[in-house]
Amino acid sequence: MARFVIRRLLAAVGVLIAISVVTFLIFQAIPNGDPAQRIGGRTANAAELALIRHEWGFDKPIYVQYIKTMGKILSGTVVSYSQNLNVLDQIRQGLPATLSLAIGAGIIWLGLGILFGVITAVRAGRFADRALTVLAFIGVSSPPFFLGALAIYYVGYKANIIPLGGYSSLSHPWSWFKHLIAPWLVLSVLFIGIYSRVLRSTILDIQHEDYVRTARAKGLSERQVMVRHILRNSLIPIISLWGLDFAQVIGGGAILTESVFNLHGVGQFAAQSIQRLDVPPVLVITMLTAFFVVLLGALVDVIYAFLDPRIRLSG
Amino acid sequence: MTAPETLLQVEDLRVSFATEEGVVRAVDGITFTVQAGEVLAIVGESGSGKSVSVMTLMGLTRGQNARFEGKAMFDGRDLIAASDAELRKVRGAAIAMVFQDPMSSLDPVYRIGAQIIEQIRVHEPKVSKAQALDRAVDLMERVGIPRARDRVRSYPHEFSGGMRQRVMIAMALANSPKLLIADEPTTALAVPIQAQILDELRRLRDQTGAGIILVTHDLGVVADIADRIAVMYAGRIVEQGTLEDLFYDPQHPYTWGLLGSITRVDRNRAGKLPAIPGQPPSLLAPPEGCHFRPRCPHAFDRCTELPELVSRLPEAPEHPDRCWLEPERKRTLRQVGDQIGLATGETVIS
Amino acid sequence: MSNAAPTIEQPPPRDGSPLLDVEHVRVLFPVKSGTLIDRKVGAVHAVDDVSLQLREGETLGIVGESGCGKTTLIRTIARLIDATSGAIHFRGQDITKAGRRELQPVRREVQMVFQDPQASLNPRKRVGQILTTPLRLRKIPRDRLESESRQLLTRVGLHPEHLNRYPHEFSGGQRQRIGVARALALDPRLILLDEPVSALDVSIQAQVINLLDELQDALQLSYIFVAHDLSVVRHVSDRIAVMYLGKLMEISPAEALYTKPIHPYTSALLAAIPIPDPHENRSRTRPLVSGEPPNPIHPPSGCRFHTRCPRATEVCRTVEPQLTEYSGGHLAACHHPQHVSAQEIERATRSPASPLTAGDQAPAG
Repeated sequence: MARFVIRRLLAAVGVLIAISVVTFLIFQAIPNGDPAQRIGGRTANAAELALIRHEWGFDKPIYVQYIKTMGKILSGTVVSYSQNLNVLDQIRQGLPATLSLAIGAGIIWLGLGILFGVITAVRAGRFADRALTVLAFIGVSSPPFFLGALAIYYVGYKANIIPLGGYSSLSHPWSWFKHLIAPWLVLSVLFIGIYSRVLRSTILDIQHEDYVRTARAKGLSERQVMVRHILRNSLIPIISLWGLDFAQVIGGGAILTESVFNLHGVGQFAAQSIQRLDVPPVLVITMLTAFFVVLLGALVDVIYAFLDPRIRLSG
Repeated sequence: MTAPETLLQVEDLRVSFATEEGVVRAVDGITFTVQAGEVLAIVGESGSGKSVSVMTLMGLTRGQNARFEGKAMFDGRDLIAASDAELRKVRGAAIAMVFQDPMSSLDPVYRIGAQIIEQIRVHEPKVSKAQALDRAVDLMERVGIPRARDRVRSYPHEFSGGMRQRVMIAMALANSPKLLIADEPTTALAVPIQAQILDELRRLRDQTGAGIILVTHDLGVVADIADRIAVMYAGRIVEQGTLEDLFYDPQHPYTWGLLGSITRVDRNRAGKLPAIPGQPPSLLAPPEGCHFRPRCPHAFDRCTELPELVSRLPEAPEHPDRCWLEPERKRTLRQVGDQIGLATGETVIS
Repeated sequence: MSNAAPTIEQPPPRDGSPLLDVEHVRVLFPVKSGTLIDRKVGAVHAVDDVSLQLREGETLGIVGESGCGKTTLIRTIARLIDATSGAIHFRGQDITKAGRRELQPVRREVQMVFQDPQASLNPRKRVGQILTTPLRLRKIPRDRLESESRQLLTRVGLHPEHLNRYPHEFSGGQRQRIGVARALALDPRLILLDEPVSALDVSIQAQVINLLDELQDALQLSYIFVAHDLSVVRHVSDRIAVMYLGKLMEISPAEALYTKPIHPYTSALLAAIPIPDPHENRSRTRPLVSGEPPNPIHPPSGCRFHTRCPRATEVCRTVEPQLTEYSGGHLAACHHPQHVSAQEIERATRSPASPLTAGDQAPAG
């Protein structure tokens, strides 16, 4: 176990360094990406720009800029070019909304994904399977900005059941819930579609395993066979999918959903920063996402080893 | 002599499956009985319907596309007509089954002990977990698993193939079955382990008096453990009789072919094996009459008509076969050199 | 095969020299572990100092339980796996270290047929394509490829018209025939058969065994036939080698192995095989061996079989037995040989094929 933790930590550090270098370089290569112009604004003249460049260190070699920026990130003093605000503070402000979105949606899409997966597998080829299959394809092919817009227009504006966007803190639970229910569902639709299809095909495969036949030969009921033997084994791949997707959303990956519902979460912050070609926030958020992916990846492996005794933890 | 108790009576069992290409007649009218304390071997090659037959007895072939006809009387109940719920009470209790591949027949995510306990408690829910655990340990010891008390906590992947097959047998014995069905129980195992498992089955039969149906393609295994044999070919039983009957006075040319095809560790190579030419027929469109006709060098006009499974030997009424040839002619036809086999002239292109 | 002139002039083997000479070959698979960097913490001794020879036109059978190293050994001979140490000579040429280019002619002469004909044929290729690829390697002219392929199919007992079919359209036995035809396409001298009939039904097994027999006579092929089924091996082999946990236990002419097995492990293997003849089966005494083979990462000291052997004594636990040559070309690695008289033991000699780590104690009855 110690070996596993050490290996994963080293891997995490490697991934974070690699991803920050790549992100940094991409922004250097983008045309019209001169950060001095962002800071100076439209009216800045050449002399002012030169001063800004010198003050911010943009005239130094790239690697020096990278190291300086990373130093600021690690010490928590990094500020955004466009607003001159502390990036970590801004992320901290966005985190409650993003976490609320991720946790709620994660539970919904895992639960409904499993439920629909089991129904379609058990009823394979019959009406329920076909109907849910069509729904799954519609879900998978509907982008969040489209579903979100529909929800806001019909349920929010026309029916006036939910607010028209924004985030309300958890200190007012009912308001919190009303603000989040639509984003949760919109974000979940895509994942429910994918998860139910993956689970359906896994179940259909595992149904033909010899040990399932053994379970039937023991005299177990169909329900017992499904829950104890088929589902238990089929959930293993679903869990790993879930870990990675969940990490993505926590790390601000649900950019579209957050923006459509104006949640002011980490994802929406990322979207705005990218628009402004503002390197420090993008860098920090990218690293944050990578960090969560690595962390959840390790967590998934631990759960894996718990679910499947044949797997032993190793780097 | 007291008449042995008849455990199972299968009458004209037919199983067919609807597929996209047509109807597959996997089992095409088989009749046999199993007595308490005897080992009946069902011998055949892949596609002969031997596994489908025994799985049907357990209800394991039931499905949307399957059709069943005939009867299988066990304990005053027809297993073919029984409802799923009725059959569940029999499965793993009065009739238990051991499968071919022990590597894949145990659920990889549960401990060995838990899987045996599950088998006990599904039929006896009043037994506590602790009692069931004790019984599981006893069962494992009975089938020769050392340090059973520790090893109930192992997972299947920590066991070798031979040990896993012992676990399968222990599980099958959990509720003292009257009939044990073993489907190729030794095929997937290393040779020395095969012998150990056969010994185990033999001991169980002697101790419990259960009847055993052994499904196998291996005539060596049959010679080692069976009391009676039914030979299946393309969905039908072509010959049935005692060990003595089948090995020393086989009546059906397919049986001759099987006996001729096997290599023997106690014999030197004597040139070519008298192999059966050709391939088994498709069960979608089997040949008319005797299914073995297209591969049989002794076939004649009458073979397009299906022979009944009846004894044609006055001295052996319990040795029926499905072949039109005269028994006396058979005795000369089946002799290839000094052994029994299917005499074929040329190598037939398959 | 066609009457085409041989594509490569093959040097005739020197008189008496074996076609294949395997000398002290070891194959170790490392077992790795470690916190930051993987270290080698041990090795599976898949093949551990095995020596044997094969004469032109001969069939050598290799038997043993799964994990004994028999498949690794022939894959090493085919150079699909590299030997850790030792040497393999084919026709006098050392092929152990030969590079790609030097190996090419040898690869052509040494072909392999695998257990699972389903898995070893590319499902997306027609039989014709499967056969023409190796034929092209032999530089058969384009216009003769089809007729050569047809001849190959006829040779293995299939219809020439089957050229345009895909592997899945054939039964298991027919697929194995295609596997054999593919091996023959390169006009090999030696065919390594890895459990070639184990996946087939009994009646189909017999057909394929007969086919291999016919081909050997017609084309003067040499075979190494690996199988776990001693009765099949007995039927096809001139000589049989018995392996256990990577070591050679016994090697002898086929009949002698059955009539007078010298190594207790051989007896145990033989006893485990039921004879398909109820009378003879019942008249045999069958000393069954208990337990299962130990872990190959930590094989037992001395004789590898001592943990399961009914005859084992102290010397078996400590000293690795030498491979002793008895009369009639019968070799066995056992301190307490069976079925040999005191005089035979007296006359027996230490074989140069003995493992390098073996002790030099002569066997005692």
